[in-house]
Amino acid sequence: MKKIYPSAEAALEGLLRDGMLIAAGGFGLCGIPELLIEGIRKAGTKELTIASNNAGVDGFGLGVLLATKQVKKMISSYVGENAEFMRQYLSGELELEFNPQGTLAERLRAGGAGIPGFYTKTGVGTVIAEGKPVMNFDGQDYILERGIVADLSIVKAWKADPSGNLVFRKTARNFNPAAASSGKVCIAEVEEIVPLGSLDPDSIHLPGIYVHRIVQGQHEKRIEQRTTRKKEA
Amino acid sequence: MWDRNQMAARAAQELQDGWYVNLGIGIPTLVSNYIPKGIEVTLQSENGMLGMGPFPFEGEEDADLINAGKQTITELPQTAYFDSAQSFAMIRGGKIAMAILGAMEVAENGDLANWMIPGKLVKGMGGAMDLVAGVGRVVVVMDHTSKTGESKVLKSCTLPLTGRAVVNRMITHLGVLDVVKGGLKIVECADGVTEAELRAATEATIVG
Repeated sequence: MKKIYPSAEAALEGLLRDGMLIAAGGFGLCGIPELLIEGIRKAGTKELTIASNNAGVDGFGLGVLLATKQVKKMISSYVGENAEFMRQYLSGELELEFNPQGTLAERLRAGGAGIPGFYTKTGVGTVIAEGKPVMNFDGQDYILERGIVADLSIVKAWKADPSGNLVFRKTARNFNPAAASSGKVCIAEVEEIVPLGSLDPDSIHLPGIYVHRIVQGQHEKRIEQRTTRKKEA
Repeated sequence: MWDRNQMAARAAQELQDGWYVNLGIGIPTLVSNYIPKGIEVTLQSENGMLGMGPFPFEGEEDADLINAGKQTITELPQTAYFDSAQSFAMIRGGKIAMAILGAMEVAENGDLANWMIPGKLVKGMGGAMDLVAGVGRVVVVMDHTSKTGESKVLKSCTLPLTGRAVVNRMITHLGVLDVVKGGLKIVECADGVTEAELRAATEATIVG
């Protein structure tokens, strides 16, 4: 069992095909699999459906794949920071399925956990509920949402060991564990691969069973909204 | 009339000791500047954090540490991190006592619209639909009227809903109103605003 690959391109080898469904981790530009996104751009895979909370910004993150028109459809909760996205969506070139953020996270988690559907209060009485079965439990309406099983998951972690155990850092964890679990195959890109035995088994955030391929690389880790306060004198 | 900061300060009076609270983007974010003395609240950021701290000092920004508005922030001694599924499990599971959110429109039955203007603004609902469906209490902070003077506190919303009958209380630049049986009840008027002025700026039914 060898999970470590020398580059994002090598890790993606044999896994990409036009029209596939990819689940991507990240929130905004935080904890996004930027190297694998670049690898998909280079591979030129088309007609992609991508389940990701956001769609990157112009020129970075998933915005890269929008610029090259490799994306057919996004499943996202918030896409406000990307002018090219807006242009393609309003002109009808790009499909968009809005999911409430928690519904999207749970759909990915459920898909990975073998749960084909679940009921939630989120979206009851809104456009999100249109066409979805409603069930009343204890006097309250809930709508049925489906689990997502992706063809491929691309995620970003802080550290991996060679068996694929992952540790994330701060709020860069976000959608990565749920996205990882939803994929039939999952590739994790990490900042550091540490020797077997050096991660505390009690402190592993995502066990290696969910992770099939690992690639280590340099990350830009761009900041979307740099907010600071002044040091008091 | 209250300005943004006065509305945030008034909203901070809604906080109770020991509560876990989610603050939305915009004016609700300012609420954290006005948390009353002696009240300890833990702020949740739905991208995966409890115990949100202030903005970092210049030069100490960390790309891995942001809030739901994608702003760089800091951690506190009580901070815990978790993934998005866990984050919305605690929201959906009713563990968050209150959310303070912005709004475009509110209706007299508590309907809330704050995520899209058809044909104009397609950004997405983010976590707002999950929050209003899941948290214990929803307080909305908003301007009472539009720039052209039209009421945003309506008999029924014209924009696509974020949630149906979910708002408990609204704090506007003109005052505080509660959603009660049959309509809205005036709780208080903002500084220098008369009840007649508040009523005149409200399209929704006011009871009592």
